[in-house]
Amino acid sequence: MSQIVSIPALPAAPARRGVIGKVLHDPLGIISLVVLLLILLATVLAPVLAPQDPGRSSLDDIFAPISAAHPLGGDSAGRDLLSRLLYGAQVSLLGASIALLTSLVIGLPAGLIAGYYGRTFDSVSSWAANLLQALPAIIVLLALRTVFGPSIWTSMVIFGVMLAPGAYRLVRATASGVRNELYIDAALVSGLSDTRIIARHMLRVVRGPLIMHSAMVLAICINIQAGLEFLGFGDPQTASWGSMLNEGFLNIFQAPQMLSWPGLALFLTSAALALFAGSLRDALQAGTAKPARRRRVAAPPAGTAPDAPPSGPPAGNGESPPDALLSIRGLRVAYGGGSVEVVHGVSLDVARGEVVGLVGESGSGKTQVALSVLGLLPTGGEVTSGAIALAGEPLLGRPASFLRTVRGRRIGYIPQEPMSNLDPSFRVGNQLSEVVRVHLGLSRAAARDRVLDLLARVGIPDPARTYRAFPHEISGGMAQRVLIAGAVSCDPELLIADEPTTALDVTVQADILDLLRDLQQEKGLGVLFVTHNFGVVADVCDRVLVMRQGEIVEDRPAQEIFDTPRHDYTRLLLGSMLDGRPARLARAAATGDGRA
Amino acid sequence: MPESLLEVRDLVVEYPSKGLRSKPFRALHGVSIDVRPGETVGLVGESGSGKTTLGRAILGLAPVTEGSIRFEDREIGHASRRDRRGLARDLQVIFQDPYTSLNPSMTVGDILTEPLWVTGVRRQAAQTQVRELLDKVRLPKDAVDRYAREFSGGQRQRVAIARALALRPKLVVCDEPVSALDLSTQATVLDLLIELQESLGVAYLFVSHDLGVVRYISHRVAVMYQGRLVEEGDGDVVTSSPEHPYTRRLLLAAPVPDPSRQAANRADRHRLLAQQAEL
Repeated sequence: MSQIVSIPALPAAPARRGVIGKVLHDPLGIISLVVLLLILLATVLAPVLAPQDPGRSSLDDIFAPISAAHPLGGDSAGRDLLSRLLYGAQVSLLGASIALLTSLVIGLPAGLIAGYYGRTFDSVSSWAANLLQALPAIIVLLALRTVFGPSIWTSMVIFGVMLAPGAYRLVRATASGVRNELYIDAALVSGLSDTRIIARHMLRVVRGPLIMHSAMVLAICINIQAGLEFLGFGDPQTASWGSMLNEGFLNIFQAPQMLSWPGLALFLTSAALALFAGSLRDALQAGTAKPARRRRVAAPPAGTAPDAPPSGPPAGNGESPPDALLSIRGLRVAYGGGSVEVVHGVSLDVARGEVVGLVGESGSGKTQVALSVLGLLPTGGEVTSGAIALAGEPLLGRPASFLRTVRGRRIGYIPQEPMSNLDPSFRVGNQLSEVVRVHLGLSRAAARDRVLDLLARVGIPDPARTYRAFPHEISGGMAQRVLIAGAVSCDPELLIADEPTTALDVTVQADILDLLRDLQQEKGLGVLFVTHNFGVVADVCDRVLVMRQGEIVEDRPAQEIFDTPRHDYTRLLLGSMLDGRPARLARAAATGDGRA
Repeated sequence: MPESLLEVRDLVVEYPSKGLRSKPFRALHGVSIDVRPGETVGLVGESGSGKTTLGRAILGLAPVTEGSIRFEDREIGHASRRDRRGLARDLQVIFQDPYTSLNPSMTVGDILTEPLWVTGVRRQAAQTQVRELLDKVRLPKDAVDRYAREFSGGQRQRVAIARALALRPKLVVCDEPVSALDLSTQATVLDLLIELQESLGVAYLFVSHDLGVVRYISHRVAVMYQGRLVEEGDGDVVTSSPEHPYTRRLLLAAPVPDPSRQAANRADRHRLLAQQAEL
């Protein structure tokens, strides 16, 4: 049974590049990483690299110029600036790391627990986070200094507590987003304990954003730490970048270089951290981007030449019939500057009053064809060659202002997801009447009357109430009726429907199809109906075009295609239909096979 | 007639509403259903009918307000997390969306070993078992080291099936497992599920909105409407000559892939709707 359709082979494994790999391929990423490593190395090796003890002063070296013995010169007390800078880095980086660690130790577990369990802990911890964030950090630091004494380390721990809400919020938001994913439910059903789910599933997701956050916070901590030392809150005996800034500031006229060296060190470190965080963010976003549900771009599989002639008779590739309402010739659509072609020369015609079904599976390019007609291809997509004409008038290469007079006015469009195509912040009626007013130049009152008539026509029981409603106040079936009313509001000649019933329940689908059929016959509309469902095709279409991987493989009247499908692919699709196959019990009885 | 594997009696599920004194939302109004070992019970209904809620309540993912759920004569409606861990061996799930039911940052190997090490299987044995599982669902062996996001929808669903069957469960709740798949993939995944059922003797509670799919895989079919079970019976009977008015409407609403038969179908549907409107 399961050998009917061969399982497509796995695509060749793409060159997998982890987050680190991506950072190393980003020039800014690698430069900032090298700078950070050099700074770290210099800090660790300070005792080896420094020419002398940072505290040793000599009267001869007061404001010493740059020399071999003092590569950066001397300060006001005759101490070596390079030695002080190297040893000072230890204090600065250690202080900043203490603050960062403190914020993570508090923020990470609290965020994970709040995100996973929610409820009381979430409310209480979020309240505490709000309170902490409302406190001005510098004033708290100054106030607590009088309580805990002048240690810079204590100050940095306190500062870390003040920073914890940032980490907490990030972790909580990421974790509670993941909490509702089905794979967490699957792990629960598998009997995994909460700790395991948090450690295995949630921590993995939180990890990346948190590292990025940490790089930014570290830069902030280094600067705050220097600021505190600059204000004189540190130990005046130990060298640090902040205290060096303070001394330089006091002697700014005699020796300006005293100020520039620690300033440069601070600038380099924070800039490198900020750039590294940015590069990491780019890498993470590229790595965890959600895969598109419907693959809009599908490369032709290896082995099938994209320009192989379709075996079914394609629509007359030459001249279009003179009465064609919509005529597409040799349409090619490509993404990425023409590098990935998704539609390989499609030709089709829709006559006035004709319903043409465009059928195919995901990735076949059927939606791309529909969007090309509307001039609404997503970013990166473009028509590379071919012609599209509406009633003999070419549509490609025309200015946007021309397309605006065609879309909505002469071509109506019904999208797949009714809810996401209504603006949630405007009332339903206003969204419809605006279109009518723009295209038909009606007054406000006349537009309102027309929209109310339309809403009644599409079978909405209380048009006045729906007119006043916001999109979230109506059901999915009603929303699709509203969009159909919108699509036909300016009496278009052509209707493009892109899977208009896929998101609906079957009973609602049947009603919507009835409505579409009635409207089409009443107004003599030409319809291009994009769908994957052969039942829907059988219900409404006069002619059917089957698409596979960007090509039309069969184009015939509906009844013929169902009775005698010619192309193997059409046969495969129709053979996969489950409707009309015997039920399982009947099959089991036929093979003499009882219940398992 | 074999003993029931799963026995649900008068199940009521209520979700608390937001706000202080608002009434809780009742998703299920007293549902009773049985699943016997090795059989497939199809559960059909439209959105909001409560079919998914019933599946989730059995899995312990929805709150049981009243009624009982018995699995192999054990009450599991209010099972603790510890009891659930024991149940994981016998009761598993396949979700609808193969894109969100597999953790994107884990390899297929990680995903499949996870249920195994909950039961304390050693690393070496787990690896052998994972290879056997991949073989069973016809995925290549090198899938072990690849991330779920590298696979197509149908292949992901095979991974989800492998995860569900890893512990040789007695019952798998399948929540719309083929709805997100392309037509041609749908049929192969259903055939795989049937084949695995015949070789392993696992029972399925198969939740779907698609009468055609349910008819194809189910021995028995139950129809849900607005939180209640309205009809239950042998699969071919319920899906071809149903008794309840709602099931008849549902059956006639599903379009058939043949223009002339569909035209007849449509006329029948309009007649039925007119009749039901008169009543």
